This record gives sequence, C-alpha cells and structure tokens, in this order.
Amino acid sequence: MFFKQTASVKLNDPVLQNALKRAKGKFVDGRALGVAQIDNWEDIRTYAAEMRDRVIANLDAYLIEFEKNATRRGAVVHWAETAEEANAIIAGIALKNNVKAVTKSKSMVSEEVALNDALEAVGVTVLETDLGEYILQLAKEPPSHIVAPAVHKTKEDVAELFVAAHHKPRLTDIAAMTREAREELRGRFLAADMGISGANFIIAETGTTLTVTNEGNADLVTTIPRIHCVITGVEKVIPTLEDFATLIRLLPRSAIGQSIANYLTLTTGVKAPDETDGPEQMHIVLVDAGRTKLVGSDMKEMLRCIRCGACMNHCPVYQNVGGHAYGWVYPGPMGSVLTPTYVGIENAGDLPNAATFCGECQVVCPVKIPLPDLMRKWRERQFDRHLRPIGERLAIGAWSFVVARPALYAFATRIGVRIAAWIGGRSGQIHWLPGIDGWTKGRDMPAPQGSTFRDLYARRRKAA
Amino acid sequence: MSARDNILARIRTNSGRSGTTGESELALARSVIAARTRGPQPSLARHDPVTHFIEECGRLKTTVADVADLSSVPREVARYLAEGSLPKAVVGWHEFAALDWAAAGLAFADRPAQGDDLVGVTGCYCAIGETGTLLLLGAAATPKATALLPETHICVVRKSRMAATMEDAFQWMRSEIGEPPRATFFVSGPSRTADIEQTIVIGAHGPYRVHVILIP
Repeated sequence: MFFKQTASVKLNDPVLQNALKRAKGKFVDGRALGVAQIDNWEDIRTYAAEMRDRVIANLDAYLIEFEKNATRRGAVVHWAETAEEANAIIAGIALKNNVKAVTKSKSMVSEEVALNDALEAVGVTVLETDLGEYILQLAKEPPSHIVAPAVHKTKEDVAELFVAAHHKPRLTDIAAMTREAREELRGRFLAADMGISGANFIIAETGTTLTVTNEGNADLVTTIPRIHCVITGVEKVIPTLEDFATLIRLLPRSAIGQSIANYLTLTTGVKAPDETDGPEQMHIVLVDAGRTKLVGSDMKEMLRCIRCGACMNHCPVYQNVGGHAYGWVYPGPMGSVLTPTYVGIENAGDLPNAATFCGECQVVCPVKIPLPDLMRKWRERQFDRHLRPIGERLAIGAWSFVVARPALYAFATRIGVRIAAWIGGRSGQIHWLPGIDGWTKGRDMPAPQGSTFRDLYARRRKAA
Repeated sequence: MSARDNILARIRTNSGRSGTTGESELALARSVIAARTRGPQPSLARHDPVTHFIEECGRLKTTVADVADLSSVPREVARYLAEGSLPKAVVGWHEFAALDWAAAGLAFADRPAQGDDLVGVTGCYCAIGETGTLLLLGAAATPKATALLPETHICVVRKSRMAATMEDAFQWMRSEIGEPPRATFFVSGPSRTADIEQTIVIGAHGPYRVHVILIP
C-alpha cells in the first residue's frame, strides 16, 4: 500500500476534489441536524458503547446463543476463520444448489473477503443491487466509502457507465438514471436463485440477522430468491431487539443525519410452507478474518464499531484524499485502525500516520471509540518494531534523549528559539524549515520572540 | 478442531479465559438477554404518538389521510390514486378483499404483488410514532412483496395500533406473537437513494410513494 503516493494523485484530481467537497457538506451538516433532533444523544451514545463492550467481553457466549436461536428457526450457521474459508463456504452453497445468478445487497465483509471474485470463479453471476455498488461493479472499482460507496463518482461518470451497460440513450438527470437502474435490475432481482446480504447486526435473543437500507434492495435480495445467504463479522452480535432499537437511533443519524433508515429488514429463519415469499434455505456465515485478534487487546474498543462512516465523513484527511487512497476496504480513521489489524502493520504503515489527530472522529463516533488513541498505539508499535524510516526514528530518539534531561532541554530550547528567531528575521514569520519543507510550503509559522517559556516562567516566579 | 471451535477458543484465550464456554457464562448472557433492558428513551417519544407519527411522516415524504372507518378505505384509495393520475388496479392483502372496491371504481386483486403490479395495499402490525414508521410482519396472508414491489404502497394503519417507540412495538410483538416472524419489516417512507452525487432521489428499488390511511 502506498498511501502517500496515492494521496498526492488524489489531491490533484479536480473531479474527485469536487465530489469530496460536495459530500463533506452533506454528511457533516446532515449529521449535525440529525443529532440535534434528540435531546439525550450523549446518554444514548454512552449506553450503546457500554452495551457493545459488555457483549465483546462475553462474545463467545453471545455467539453460541445466536447460533442456537438461528438454528432453531431453520437457518444454517457457518463459521469461517479466514476470507478463503468464507468464500469456499458460500461458493459451496451455490454449487450444491445449482445457483446460476446471485443478487447481492451491500456488504463490506464481502468486499473484505473478495466474495464476488470467488463466486465468479465457479461460474456464478453476481449482481450488486445497491445503486452505488452497482455503479462500481460496472466501473470495476472498489468502494471508496463504507456507506456511500460511489461518493467519488460524478453523474457524468455514471451516465457513461450506464450507456455502455444498458445500451440506452445518455441521461443527464439523476432521477432518470436512478429509474433506468431500477428498471434494468428489476427483472434480475426476480430471476435470482440466491440472495446475499450483509448484516448490520445479528440478534442473539432471536437468531435474527438484519440490514439497514434506504433503497429497498436488501428487501428484494432477502425476500425473492429461494436461498438467502448472510455474510457478516463475528463482532456484529447484540443481545436483544431493545439493543437494536438503541443502536438504530444512532446509526442513520451518524451516517447521514436521517432519523431512521427507510427499511429495517429483520430476517429470522426460512419461510413457512404456505408463504409465497421468503427463502427456503437461510445460511449465515460468521467471519473472523482477524476480528478475534482484537478481543482482549489494547484495541478492543474497535470491535464496538457499527460502520456508520461518521469518522471518515468528519476526517480532514479523508475529506481531502477520499477512500481509495487508503488502499483497502475500510478507509478513514476506522480503516486506519482496522486495516493494520487485518493485513499487518508492515503492509499498512502509512495509515495510522495519515491523521492530524484533530480528534473529530472520536467526537462524532456514536459508540465512543477512541480512534486517535488507537492510531497512536499503532504508531508506537511501528516505532518499537523499527518499521518507521530511520530519519524519523533518529529524530524521535534524539528528542526523547533531550527531553528526559531537563538541564539539557533548557539549554537546547534556549539555542532553538534563537535560531528560530534568526530564521524568522525582521518579518517574525518562518517561511521555511529544513527537513519539513513540505509542511512549511503551505503555511507560515510565527517565529519565537525573546526567551523560552521555562525562562519566562522562572523569571516571573522570582519577581512574584 | 472446527473453524467454530477455533474461533470460540481464540475469543476465550484472548479474553484471558480458559477451556470452553461454561454454563455460568452462557447463563450470564441469557440473563442479560432476558432482562431486555431498554436504552435511554428520547423525550420526543413521550408525546402523543399519533400526532408525532403524522409529523414524522411529513419529514419522510409519506402522505397521510385520516378517514372515519375501514369501509371508507376504498374511497380514500380511489381519491389518492386519481389525484396522482395513478392506475385504478390494486393488489392487496386478503384482509381488505371484502371491502367494496367496485363502488369506489377500483379493481382489487386478492393476491401477493408481483414484479409488474403498480399499486399495493397492505395493513401493518403496528406503527411507531417516534419515527413515522410502519411495522409489517410477513406471513402467508400478509406478504411483504405487496409493500415492496409496486411503485405505490398504500398502508392502512389503526390509530389504536400506534406504538410510541420501537421498544413498545417489540413489547407488543412479544406478548401477542412471541418471537419475531421470518420477515419483520420496518418501513419509513418511500425508498430512496443518494448514491449519485449525494442527491436524494425518491424511488430506488422499492416504492416511489407511501400513502398511509389512518382509521380509528
């Protein structure tokens, strides 16, 4: 992964920059309005964070309860330790049942394990039905946001893709494009043999899996085909329906400021013999793929995550470079913590450093994940494992040597302010500093005037 | 060792617990589940739920009509469809088949909706004032497809079945039905998407219009 290189390409892409500017306003203002609608937001956040922690602390028991209840209702629960195992299980279900066509609603876990490729490799056609995911499937691109996957695409991009795929006249109106996609997909919804969905949460009490959507596609995916397959992470379990009611006050508001999503689709087991809709078989694949590494670790708070996307929407780095620069499925602050866990810090070294530590992600997180602290832990680990560039390590080493010796520190800062004042010259502004010219290229820094803080402090104490 | 055992064992090892999940740990999880503790309730949920429901529907672009009784429903459906120049053929749940649709100038098909039906008429298990939400429970007589496939979804809601919050709705469901049925389906307004340039478009894969008819 090459965050730095990709990020500079993205910063100089005018089309992407426009798309990101537009999205930023809608997400940030939308969330602020949504949160203002209820008067006890902080209480709900605190309760939800504690509830998630309680489940994670006893995760095995809740998973066993979930499995028991889902099985009792007629679902088959599968367990996958790795991405490969998850793909093999689902491809196996498809082959065994002679499945030719799959419709799929949005699932980040399926992106994580690259499920579509695995299904296509065994001759199954996969259709993404979330409009954003459908656009990206046509463009053969990965999502750049976990809630709004095609946020980086303009309507002109979409018009081009639709002309190529649908062989119809070029459209310019967004509502007309949406209608064309609906009409293109409707027949394929009805013809699919198997529907694959993710799950925003799974409920231990009832063995229920559920999706939160606005388009209605997840409902068609879970209602029409004869087989419904759910792929989700082991950390998604919550105890009760009441806990879902709590989380749903947080999730759509944090994501885009909606008081509720249009469709909350709870699916439990298989259809009754006299029912016309619903699947005959329901499979639930619980995926680990790195999640259990976080259990009991110093980053366990990350397992609370409900995948709302607020942290990336409010991140000044994400707002400027977009999701693709992060190089893997999960972008933004939550991705900068998760990606190193899943793929190894040696393969994602830039990510915990791609942060200004402004703290906004933690402020907006609906389950109070201390994201800056967790990124800082990755930075410490990188330093300890000698994974940072030698120059940086020497600089930090030198700094800590000086800082641990007060007399030396006082002496060094006294010299430092003089040099800085000299660089500032008559204007009193520093326009350039050696070694960090990338930083000073875009901003000036006021030069220190007079003596150091410590000297001033000592002098004033004496005077008083 | 199966994948299941490995995953559960890893959770236990990493949480500093040994062996396999014990009866006391399962009992703890079950007691948390059985308590069904409600999280903090927003104060807005304590207002009159019907008034709140109507307000929230406005926000969601759900239209609402209030009629005298069940027998007035066909006339209101006809009025609504005529106003929007929509087709006069509807498919609906069996519970509405006995109403006098012909007198209102409508053709009513008593069957689940299919892909090309344009107007679907359903009832609901209950509605939720807090968010302007309809709760539908799927069964042979109450197929979800009728609320989902047509371009227009018309839902008959009894005011006596207005829950203040989702938690209240779940409590009713538990005491009246027991467990959630296979398809437990919350609808809040017409389907929408903002996937192209974050511009909200009403009518994605589900209905373009949701019209609620309130009866006593």
